[in-house]
Amino acid sequence: MQQFDQIIARLPYSKPFLFVDKLHAVDENGVEGSYTFPEDSAFYKGHFANRPVTPGVILTEVMAQIGVVCLGIFLATDALDNDLEIALTSTQVDFFRPVFPSETVLVRSTKDYFRFHKLKCKVEMLNSNGELVCRGTIAGMMKSKNHA
Amino acid sequence: METKDELITTLKTIVKPYVQDEQAFQNLTEDTDFIKDLKINSANLVDIALDVEEAYDIEIDNESMERMLTVGSAIDIIRQKLEAK
Repeated sequence: MQQFDQIIARLPYSKPFLFVDKLHAVDENGVEGSYTFPEDSAFYKGHFANRPVTPGVILTEVMAQIGVVCLGIFLATDALDNDLEIALTSTQVDFFRPVFPSETVLVRSTKDYFRFHKLKCKVEMLNSNGELVCRGTIAGMMKSKNHA
Repeated sequence: METKDELITTLKTIVKPYVQDEQAFQNLTEDTDFIKDLKINSANLVDIALDVEEAYDIEIDNESMERMLTVGSAIDIIRQKLEAK
């Protein structure tokens, strides 16, 4: 879908810190997308030594990029024309299952509110078996750069 | 309508969970700046605005939000919105 590609193209990240492969759905109330962790991702070399497991902070980042930033680009109506200034402002995440190299995860986010440039969402991550990996609340501030 | 002291008391209850500078909070006056004095971040200032809306059943518009930087300006905004109801 062209709209999904446009949103991903507006993300202010690049490899190796871009954690969005695909968006599957987006509307004013939420977003769904996925990411596959490359086996050669740098963090697997040290987390943990000789036993690669995806770090919780990276899982949180995946949830933030798909669940909050992608949705924010969709919701901030002028974001497709202007660069967004974004900042993560809070995370509260509980973790339930590990994610290993080359796994694909699905992220689903539901908007709690988007007001005064703050987007707060309930976000969950599932593995390819549909099992809950982690779930929580993530918020960030976002406004387009030419905004007063 | 609540007196100014009552408004400040209610506002203090709303603001308390987000305060990062406890001493500035103890010495709170109308001139206290949410960000500079209480060290509240802009994201939590949004939460304060939403809590104020709920407590007083009012709606804070974008323009009001932009000037809601001190305890005094918050009280002015609350009074203004209550009068307009």
